[in-house]
Amino acid sequence: MTAVSVSGVTKTFNEGRSDAVTALSDIDLTVAEGEFVSLIGPSGCGKSTLLRLIGDLVSPTAGTVSVAGRSARDARLRQGYGIAFQQAGLFEWRTVRRNVALPLELRKLSRSAQRARVDEMLGLVGLSDFAEHYPAQLSGGMQQRVAIARALAVHPPLLLMDEPFGALDEMTRERLQNELLRICGATGTSTVFVTHSISEAVFLSNRVVVMSPRPGRITATVDIDLPTRDESVRQSPDFFGFVTLVRKSLREAA
Amino acid sequence: MKRVLPPLVVGLVVLALWELTVSLGRIAPFILPAPSAIGHELLVQRGNIWSAALASGLNALVGLAWGSVAGVLLAMAASRFRLLSDVSVPVAAVLNALPIIALAPILNNMFESTSSVPRRLVAGIIVFFPVFLNTLRGLREVDPVHRDLMTSYAASGWTFTRLVRLPGALPFVFTGLRQASSLAVIAAVVAEYFGGLQNGLGSRITSAAAFTAYPRAWAFVVGACVLGLVFYLVTLLLERLVLPPSVV
Repeated sequence: MTAVSVSGVTKTFNEGRSDAVTALSDIDLTVAEGEFVSLIGPSGCGKSTLLRLIGDLVSPTAGTVSVAGRSARDARLRQGYGIAFQQAGLFEWRTVRRNVALPLELRKLSRSAQRARVDEMLGLVGLSDFAEHYPAQLSGGMQQRVAIARALAVHPPLLLMDEPFGALDEMTRERLQNELLRICGATGTSTVFVTHSISEAVFLSNRVVVMSPRPGRITATVDIDLPTRDESVRQSPDFFGFVTLVRKSLREAA
Repeated sequence: MKRVLPPLVVGLVVLALWELTVSLGRIAPFILPAPSAIGHELLVQRGNIWSAALASGLNALVGLAWGSVAGVLLAMAASRFRLLSDVSVPVAAVLNALPIIALAPILNNMFESTSSVPRRLVAGIIVFFPVFLNTLRGLREVDPVHRDLMTSYAASGWTFTRLVRLPGALPFVFTGLRQASSLAVIAAVVAEYFGGLQNGLGSRITSAAAFTAYPRAWAFVVGACVLGLVFYLVTLLLERLVLPPSVV
């Protein structure tokens, strides 16, 4: 089954007004179950808008979006996906534990089930010792890991990420990339990942979707076929080959 | 210690200069009594100051309580209903420009002369504005990421208000309360200047001044100052206790 299917989608903001903007034009995209797909492109190419369409945070002007065979709206109402943004967006008045537990609370899980799940998630992102801390007591990288734990807490079949590592330093960024791959591999989660970074897209993805602005559209798709996804891959000729390929596609798109 | 010492030293120096200026005859004692004279009156009158402070403090507290509750509730309503918020903010601004203390004599005439209600009303009205305006601002300022997250959890309406809006507005509520706490005391004390019961700090100040007992009047002013400070500090303490360590 396909995790995400976007067909013929156009999104126009302020439609019918003089300041109307076509953010996306005639987009087709499918994400297979367990697949990791990155959306890459310059600012204003509509990659975030596309992600938000899949999450039903905005609605398409034309075309259809379906998630795991349901409409995007149904999928959202059933908490069919987890989402993380560039800002961790933690609730600063809640401890780390209660931040991760929030989507579970809303799903009306029992307290003991919540506790067990939160412990599992914090273990996954390596923050078990910080469960009772408040967000402001954590570094930016740790906050982002809490946000990822929160996004994964409901065991969603689909993970939507909008430049989640964009505000982090290079070292933290690479470590979190490794962790994310490990987690997605272990849970079989399908992922749509928006990024500005070519190397990040290549390292993480099975497929990189290249977009171009005004109006936002998909100009190329690059399948990434790397033998492994460990640290050594980052120095391999294969890796640089794909980076060059994506870079060329981006140039041609512009 | 480092934070306490400098203001303490400055305060003592100012008091010493003040004492010297008066005792050297630069300022007549009936215009400005020396700190030592005021201190003496503080000691002599401590029982009276205490009971007067309790009376004024109770009025301020009742005003603070109802004014804040009304401010928070109305802000919640205004943030929920567009029309109400469009109307209430300009109305609040106009009312805020009223010299509310000046309502005290009018309110006095509406109630019995032995009633504390007009003072509590004045204190409450004064408290209302900072609490209302700050809370409303807090309720409106929702982090867009939080909004998106709650949408992704399919949570809306009251759930959203309870889990995001209200806790997010709490620091703003406390900002309003901190401003309001001292205002409540000032309002309660000043409202006594316009007659009515003679049990509070304000009425003691006016009667002492009427008898040209200036050191005594000043002693009660010091009492009012301490009372305002106590209100402020208790609010501050409450804020530290209620808000997570990070937000304060």
